[in-house]
Amino acid sequence: MGKTISEKIFSRASERDVYAGDIVVAKVDAAMAHDGTALLALDAFEEMGGKSLWNPKRVFLVLDHVAPSANEVSSKVHERMREFAFQQGANFYEVGSGVCHQLMVESGFAQPGTLIVGADSHTCTYGALGASATGIGSTEMAAVFLSGKLWFKVPETMRVIFDGSLPYMVTPKDVILKTVGTVKADGAAYQAVEFRGSTIKEMSVQGRLTLCNMAVEMGAKTGIVEPDEKTVEHLTSLGFSPQMTLQSDEDAEYSGKVKLDTSELEPQVACPHYVDNVKPVTSVEGIEVDQVFLGSCTNGRIEDLRLAANILRDRKVKKGVRMIVAPASRRVYFQALRDGLIEVFLSSGCVVCNPGCGPCVGAHQGVLAPGEVCASTSNRNFKGRMGSTDAEIYLVSPATAAATAVNGEITDPRRLKIE
Amino acid sequence: MSMLIQGRAWKLGDDVNTDLIISGKYKLSITDLNELSKHAMEGVDPKFAENFVKGDLLVAGKNFGCGSSREQAPLVLKYVGVGAVIARSFARIFYRNSINIGLPVVECKDVEKISERDLLQLDLDRGIIGNLTKNENYRIKPIPQEVWQILSNEGLVAYVKKYGKLPW
Repeated sequence: MGKTISEKIFSRASERDVYAGDIVVAKVDAAMAHDGTALLALDAFEEMGGKSLWNPKRVFLVLDHVAPSANEVSSKVHERMREFAFQQGANFYEVGSGVCHQLMVESGFAQPGTLIVGADSHTCTYGALGASATGIGSTEMAAVFLSGKLWFKVPETMRVIFDGSLPYMVTPKDVILKTVGTVKADGAAYQAVEFRGSTIKEMSVQGRLTLCNMAVEMGAKTGIVEPDEKTVEHLTSLGFSPQMTLQSDEDAEYSGKVKLDTSELEPQVACPHYVDNVKPVTSVEGIEVDQVFLGSCTNGRIEDLRLAANILRDRKVKKGVRMIVAPASRRVYFQALRDGLIEVFLSSGCVVCNPGCGPCVGAHQGVLAPGEVCASTSNRNFKGRMGSTDAEIYLVSPATAAATAVNGEITDPRRLKIE
Repeated sequence: MSMLIQGRAWKLGDDVNTDLIISGKYKLSITDLNELSKHAMEGVDPKFAENFVKGDLLVAGKNFGCGSSREQAPLVLKYVGVGAVIARSFARIFYRNSINIGLPVVECKDVEKISERDLLQLDLDRGIIGNLTKNENYRIKPIPQEVWQILSNEGLVAYVKKYGKLPW
């Protein structure tokens, strides 16, 4: 019987011939933890009697969730991670390097066929490069630190097929919001979601990262895109060459199929307080906002910044509204600087933060007050996510975010002319 | 670990996410779990931690614990004294985290039959939930061996301390 990409990856990593539903112990190719999850992992590692990492070159510790630190508690967490990383010789990303997932993508470890675990639910992002990547907890991360191995259930694979060319001002974010709204919050639970179709073929790797990033919002174990020439090009541009390539077999077994025609898609918005509460932007236009956030592991890449800057050029953020921009990494920040995007953001009145998670997790750089409304390009709008439990979050694309900042209310980006 | 867990049911709905269980703003500013657990389930009921009776059980709908990978979510429930979580289904990372820290989590298709504050007796050994208030029994989804060996030893750290090695 043929295999899906996920079955192939787990077969390689477990050195067994496995299929969906099998429970395996597999070797991981890389492991990542950040300042929101590493402390518990380091505690568990020590409690388990851990002295040294199984392979420090494959361990990544990132300061991104509260970076620079906003309080003494976080400062102590940073200090502990810094000391541990230096002592062990692990890969360490200092404050201001960027969001962990973007850094993992830029590290070259996220490659076709690899198995990567991260102590963060959005680790599923790297599936955009043909990796099987998934979020795990801190205690099991400690076990990975010790052994380089973990048990997994080989996931079934759901195919999500997008056909058509994306209309003007409709972005990969709108595609994935529409998908989450259709499949619902647990519609892909425990499964790998394989994105296919002509829309994906045309889509950049950056766009695919946005799609795979939000696979977990449907309960998925990972999102995945079959590696192609775009994957190779992307890796080459970062100075790496893919070590392997792989495809799903024609006769592989799938758990389900969802089809979406993207040629008629409108910009989408996930309304409070659930990611699967998705509506077309035209039905929520006019809702006033207090804050707009452009950034995160979902939408903090150069294409996202470029799209938003194109709308903001020669325009101002509406009085009474603040727009916060956090590039996903230092590399992205440099590119934005070279392309003149940072100047556009500053001229239009945006706050440009250092690379990192920004206000996405409600810890710093734009915490919402009770009653406030935020339009955000991030991936979660749960109650209390970005501050007060009485605040509201609307998830949008970078284009909708920029248009919303200009008008001070949720705005269809197709309304704003671009020179 | 005790195979018999008895307590009253605290009913919850579908898709209870990790931000409702413990908000990121607390997770990232409080590392003392006793302190942190005072904010457990604040997004659902601001007085939850204050009112919760140690040993009682949470009974939820589908996709309990969806969202973040934060292990603080099952940890605060454990610190508040949640005896077990019974749900129609769990989000995968939350499920794994609970097992790894030794918080019993079981799937049951009959959660709708359980009412607020029903007295329940969860028998992990027999795989049955006894509803002592309604005099009914419900079957739980069998726990795979790989999971059971960790849970029955009260979590992964406890397992390693006991056997001097990982289960794999």
